[in-house]
Amino acid sequence: MAFVSDLFVNSWNWIAVQLARFLPPWAAELVMMFAGVVVLIAFLLFMVMLLTLLERKVVARIADRIGPNRVGPFGILQPLADTLKLIIKENTEPAQADHWVFRLAPAVAVTAALMPYAVIPLGRGMVGTDINVGVLYVVSISSLTVIAILMAGWGGCNKYSLLGGMRAVAQMFSFEVPLALCLASVVLLTGSLSLVSITEAQRELWLVLVQPVGFLLYLLCGIAEANRSPFDIPEAESELVAGYHTEYSGVRFAFFFMAEYINMFTVSAMATIMFLGGWRGPFVDQLPVLSVVYFLLKVHFLVFLMFWFRATFPRLRIDQLLSLSWKVLLPIALANLMLTALADKVAHRAGLSRMASAGLLLGSNLVLAGVAIATLYLVYERRRAPSLSRRYEIHWH
Amino acid sequence: MLKTRTITLNLGPQHPSTHGVFRMVLTMDGETIVDLKPIFGYLHRGMEKLAETRTYLQNMPLTDRMDYICAMTNNLAYAITVEKLAGLEVPERAEYIRVIMAEFTRVVNHLVAIGALLNDLGAFFTPMLYCLRERERILDLFEMTCGARMTCNYLRFGGVAADLPEEFVPQAREVVAGLYYWVDDLERLLTTNEILLARLQGIGILPRELAINCSVTGPTLRASGVPYDVRRAAPYSIYDRFDFKIPTLDEGDCYARYLIRLAEIRQSLHIIEQALDHLPPGEVQAKVPRLLRPPVGDAYARIESPKGELGFYLVSDGGISPYRFHVRAPTLINLTVLPDLVRGLRIPDLVAIIGSIDIVMGEIDR
Repeated sequence: MAFVSDLFVNSWNWIAVQLARFLPPWAAELVMMFAGVVVLIAFLLFMVMLLTLLERKVVARIADRIGPNRVGPFGILQPLADTLKLIIKENTEPAQADHWVFRLAPAVAVTAALMPYAVIPLGRGMVGTDINVGVLYVVSISSLTVIAILMAGWGGCNKYSLLGGMRAVAQMFSFEVPLALCLASVVLLTGSLSLVSITEAQRELWLVLVQPVGFLLYLLCGIAEANRSPFDIPEAESELVAGYHTEYSGVRFAFFFMAEYINMFTVSAMATIMFLGGWRGPFVDQLPVLSVVYFLLKVHFLVFLMFWFRATFPRLRIDQLLSLSWKVLLPIALANLMLTALADKVAHRAGLSRMASAGLLLGSNLVLAGVAIATLYLVYERRRAPSLSRRYEIHWH
Repeated sequence: MLKTRTITLNLGPQHPSTHGVFRMVLTMDGETIVDLKPIFGYLHRGMEKLAETRTYLQNMPLTDRMDYICAMTNNLAYAITVEKLAGLEVPERAEYIRVIMAEFTRVVNHLVAIGALLNDLGAFFTPMLYCLRERERILDLFEMTCGARMTCNYLRFGGVAADLPEEFVPQAREVVAGLYYWVDDLERLLTTNEILLARLQGIGILPRELAINCSVTGPTLRASGVPYDVRRAAPYSIYDRFDFKIPTLDEGDCYARYLIRLAEIRQSLHIIEQALDHLPPGEVQAKVPRLLRPPVGDAYARIESPKGELGFYLVSDGGISPYRFHVRAPTLINLTVLPDLVRGLRIPDLVAIIGSIDIVMGEIDR
């Protein structure tokens, strides 16, 4: 029972012990490190498959359809069929493509997408390596994706790809800033950059309860980072065919596809860790194996939100998107950071209890939300004022 | 100052949002469209020439394939023209059936247009599928009446091909009642969505004068504030007997065109209700010779098709096939304003504008 209560960590340790019996310590360590990488990648590939199926099912249900139901019971083998199809398809390459850039781009995309998982804790004691600059690492690694997209956009020698790539770079750079600022306010409250300690710090109170504005901002920026609807402008299929990966087929396309889904998972996982208490949940201390379940449940809830947005919202235009980032999200994120710092300082000086200071933080956050909404309302109403002639009244004849 | 160059971007003929095989050569300054040159003809089937070698009745299926979303109204326009040319009378019941079918077709077309517009804006298939689901119910009615869902080939000179089946009227009432509800539902989904407003309001403004000068017709014209509708301006069939209103909006942008279509769906449903209430018994087909040989002469007749003013011009030399068969296709003429609308905007706006003026290549190229 003790073994099962923390099944994954215990089996891992058991394997390590068995290896240490007939291997020198450094070799056992090396084997376990590689095994860790393989397990993580396998887990993520499984997640990608699951997410593609889930997405199709969820979007189908929202659109009043059934979704894939031909391959296997309830269509659960559909991702396998899709993978097989993509693997056996021909890898076409345009004659004028920039050969190396074109071929490298998918690999870079997937690598950049996989790397954050080195530090992301998927459950209690289940983390690749707990470095003390985890947040910084994740933020900087996830901006590597931009390079892959730019490479793909350039290498394909296609104007649609190029436009898609350019848009992607503009979009991801502008959303990186408010995103990092939201994370900074969390770091400020927890006093650590390590994802494991941030999870630990939310033992009593999830940070979403003291930082609702930060959470919403992070979610918005994260969706934009992951190029998901309504910010899926780089690959807007009704405008740019398929954006930066227009020229890719077969496995190379599958790589971009994988990278996109892993990124989506990363964004949700980061939001879970930073704001929703990571793998924390009831009885997790007694039964640590539950931690994985809680983590995946929270992540999938956020992923479900993204599917929901995708199924219903139209997408913004690139200029509207950028002005949203620079003129709306960035000021709010900055104000949020400053206000959080101030409230935290005041709480410390006044020597408030944990609950009282959490209340103060929440209060300041809500005030910020109110001010932000009021300002936005006033600004946008004024902007609409000259066009008040556009009242959209239907005249009947 | 950096020296920059414009790039030429070829949009189409294979492109997800050109509604068929429309091609545009765009001159772009970065993301801004400097100029647009429409190129069509990729779906040209030589219909007008082909029609000169076929009998009048054999041309009826050809019209199905022009605007393949609205076969019934194409049939209607052609039938009215031939009836005018040959001087045929249409029985009362057939007229009512024609009106019912034409208005159902208008609902179908507007549903497809709105669905496609929202889909092009990036609402991933959900509104589109809601619209198509409702359209299926109407297509079921078409199928039970004439056996075909899209290429109906239902109208005949001096009547219609077959009487309505018994279960048509109750089922049609059910569909109409359901549609009132579903149109509200569709409107609730996105009409006041902030992203939709940002994408559609103030985009692609078609000024009233330009619309009139370019002889734009249909919902696109009415969204620019001109209350012109052939059903009212020059009533054909029995449209003068129904109570319906013509909606107009003054703004003339994409959002106005979207709202106009929603309003017109409700008016069409209102007309259908009245027609179902007053559907008289009787014959549905007048006595017309098998092989029609209209007297020497010419005739032009027009109807308000869902996309605008659809007219046929026929010249008869007294033989069994038309000497000249010309179509005034509304979408071809509505499309002529496109370059004026998109100049200075971006590709996403172009997509919204094409979606909102509602083109169908089958009719443009014929």
